[in-house]
Amino acid sequence: MTDITPQGGQDKGQETAPAKLGYLPAVDVPHKPRATDTDPKAARRAERQVASMFLLSMLFVVLFVVAYVTIDPTVTVYIPVLGDVGASNVALGFTFGAAVFLIGAGAIQWAKKLMPDIEVVQQRHEMSSPRRDTAEAAANYERGKEESGFVRFKMIRRTLIGAMVLFPIPLVVVLRDLWTATPAEQGKSPADILSVTLWREGSRIVSDGTYAPVRPEDLPVGGLISGVPEDLQEVEEAQGNLNARTKAAIILVRMDPSEIRAQQGDGWDYQGILAYSKICTHVGCPIALYEQRTHHLLCPCHQSTFDLADEGNVVFGPAARRMPQLPIGVDEEGYLVALSDFQEPVGPSFWERG
Amino acid sequence: MTTHTPIERAGGATATYVDQRVGSNKFLSRNLGKVFPDHWSFMLGEIALYSFIVVLLTGVFLTLWFKPSMAEAIYDGSYVPLKGIPMSEAYSSTLDISFDVRGGLLLRQMHHWGALIFIAAMAVHMFRVFFTGAFRKPREFNWLIGVVLTTLGLLAGFSGYSLPDDLLSGTGLQIARGIVQAIPIVGTWGAFLLFDGEFPGTEFIARLYGVHILLIPGIILALVTVHLMLVWTQKHTQFPGPGRTNQNVVGYPLMPIYMAKAGGFFFLVFGIIALVGGLVTINPIWIFGPFTPDQVSAGSQPDWYIGFLDGALRIMPNWETVIFGWTISWNILIPAVIMPGVLFTALGLYPFIESWVTGDKGEHNILDRPRNAPTRTAFGMMAISFYVLLWIGGANDIIAVAFDLTINSITLFLRAAIFIVPPIVFVVTRRIALGLQRRDREKLLHGYESGRVLRLPHGEFIEVHEPLSEKELAVITSKVDHEPLPAPDRADADGVRNKQYRAQSLRHRLSVFFYGPNVPKPSPEQIEDGQHHVAHSAELEAPLHDYEDEDELRRAHGGVLHHPGMAESNREQQEDLHSGQ
Repeated sequence: MTDITPQGGQDKGQETAPAKLGYLPAVDVPHKPRATDTDPKAARRAERQVASMFLLSMLFVVLFVVAYVTIDPTVTVYIPVLGDVGASNVALGFTFGAAVFLIGAGAIQWAKKLMPDIEVVQQRHEMSSPRRDTAEAAANYERGKEESGFVRFKMIRRTLIGAMVLFPIPLVVVLRDLWTATPAEQGKSPADILSVTLWREGSRIVSDGTYAPVRPEDLPVGGLISGVPEDLQEVEEAQGNLNARTKAAIILVRMDPSEIRAQQGDGWDYQGILAYSKICTHVGCPIALYEQRTHHLLCPCHQSTFDLADEGNVVFGPAARRMPQLPIGVDEEGYLVALSDFQEPVGPSFWERG
Repeated sequence: MTTHTPIERAGGATATYVDQRVGSNKFLSRNLGKVFPDHWSFMLGEIALYSFIVVLLTGVFLTLWFKPSMAEAIYDGSYVPLKGIPMSEAYSSTLDISFDVRGGLLLRQMHHWGALIFIAAMAVHMFRVFFTGAFRKPREFNWLIGVVLTTLGLLAGFSGYSLPDDLLSGTGLQIARGIVQAIPIVGTWGAFLLFDGEFPGTEFIARLYGVHILLIPGIILALVTVHLMLVWTQKHTQFPGPGRTNQNVVGYPLMPIYMAKAGGFFFLVFGIIALVGGLVTINPIWIFGPFTPDQVSAGSQPDWYIGFLDGALRIMPNWETVIFGWTISWNILIPAVIMPGVLFTALGLYPFIESWVTGDKGEHNILDRPRNAPTRTAFGMMAISFYVLLWIGGANDIIAVAFDLTINSITLFLRAAIFIVPPIVFVVTRRIALGLQRRDREKLLHGYESGRVLRLPHGEFIEVHEPLSEKELAVITSKVDHEPLPAPDRADADGVRNKQYRAQSLRHRLSVFFYGPNVPKPSPEQIEDGQHHVAHSAELEAPLHDYEDEDELRRAHGGVLHHPGMAESNREQQEDLHSGQ
């Protein structure tokens, strides 16, 4: 210890005082010696164990580099329990994990077997400061209060408080433009924007994915098609986002007209084909789990269930509102079209929705 | 005098060089020998810390390849099923990390597993701190910091989960949008500001990225530092044991024991996360496909720590009210905003509430055994049961499939259970804790049951009780019997009305509720008597019971004849033997 610490040498006077440890052995704690304490053989064995763990760790680092260089990352291997997994990932994870783990295991083995395991004691001190320090802090505070005149200069105090309250306002105000309205959104409130979709009178319904227009005969009774408006692709291209899709996605289902108990408007179906929004009125998950026998539509996120034969009403789950229905018909060429936009906002409720 | 190698001398010179500039040896002199108590449960917080470091480390690597952009890209990597499909840069770069960067998938999976372990370790660490009363004075601030850290951990996890822009994470964001939109007055605008207009927009991932890689981890890192500094200055709590008092700390010194043990443990945690990251797939985003707002897969599950929120959303009845044309979505507001708000606020305030109720103003460095604080333990278990029920709700679809139940019946069950089960758990836990207290009392008075069965000369079988070990005795006698606060008077001796009567009376009743059920610890004399007695009798024998009528005794013991003159006890018998019969 001596030749490490006092090289600075300013306090040579104290150098002669023996350095003392900050703790004492805990005398009244029962202690049993370990095998490594009493048996030199056991101690040497522990030493070898620790050293071999560190050695193995190094070996695994080498293996990691080898695996990194040699294994093609696209190759998969079958490993029991794990199934088909990426060979590179398994090899890299195993070698790196083992290399790191063995350092830890070695260090802990070293501590547990070879370092002293005699418990020691240190005294605690109450957290609160000595009275003298508190008094000194208070005196300094009083002096500062007096010298600054914070109490005397009423005008300064009040204006300072005012300034401190106001200065963060710009930092909040600039957040307003987190939303910058597009030209189409100019002058509209969020509620206005949420309340309209791409659908309008005469919009052809095209099948999602293929974007082919849908004829009534494409949809058998009991069938389901995910639909979007014909101009969706164009609009998405122009807007560069998926916003229009989030509101306009619909599902078309066909049932025997006699099974339809109620609709949201007279004649909104076309020969038993009903169009409903695909976006759950709860928190907005897209829905497509349809049970054709009961005409129930189930949301996979929170299990709200809607009865499409009964004007899309909620039959179970946390959703409060029915699924909005889209009135549909066919155009001259016999393709399914919307007769208007949705008559109520689609998707989750919002404050201004009413 | 010890000798030193050249390296040590260089180290010493460096230490001196630094010390002359920052005074570091003063710190080292006090802290190299700092004593920490040992207990396996103290490693839980360490796991949280180390997994956080692993997450930071792997996260930095991921930023090198991840592109936080929702701009469109056509995938052209080596994962064949998605080749040529339009997707966001974020998703495409995550696929690249998973398939084309060697070791990239390992880093991604380590990052994800590390995050799951981080949050789980924080939760379990919090349980340990709660049930042992480690949050009591002087450690209330650290509890509060811990609650904030847990909350931030959830946010960090959710924000990271949402970055890859795969179908599952996008659906999570869609739900988050719905929740924000449900907040009264500001919700609709809030959602528009967050997403730069409608969902999903093109900005959100870039915005979330800054939050995920800088803001949240920055705050976590700062708070973790304060958390550890407080542990350091306040010294760690210790479990009761021989030689352990409220004024000392018994354990092992930092240098060398904990440097090796804690340092080694970091490598263990790191290694295990690497092994799991290499061997167990997590969040295989390539299976889900790119996000599109009109598709979702069945059985969508969030990461485990969001499960309770999702469950709350699932089991909430569909209440919504419209007042003067304004919509209030209780079905979203209550489970997703109010419930977690109340839960975390109550959690954060718990130490302050408990110390107000109990009037306990003392410093506590010795941990409570959970049984010795039955009401607190019962509260904790009640909260956990509430959480677990919500969690079950979050997996109701999976459970429905696995156990062939209907989702509806699970949901209806949970709607009732959420109110019925936690109080039952409370009562049962408190009874169990009191039962354990009673058992401790028995041990103090009569020793422990040694499992050694003796047959007495007169035929009676008894089990020999033995005195407790020094350690167990110290642990059991650490129990402190608290008195509930006294009932306040309506007026003082002079007839002046007590203005705070109602508050004090409430506090009195709560305190009786908290401390009331208790099995008092025997007095020191009783304990000494009991242990001494056990030690005495366990040596050889247990004395015969005193029977009023000796003849009756002799007849009652059927086959065993006990004649006058025969030994009355094992000891007598032994003495007879030794006296050479």
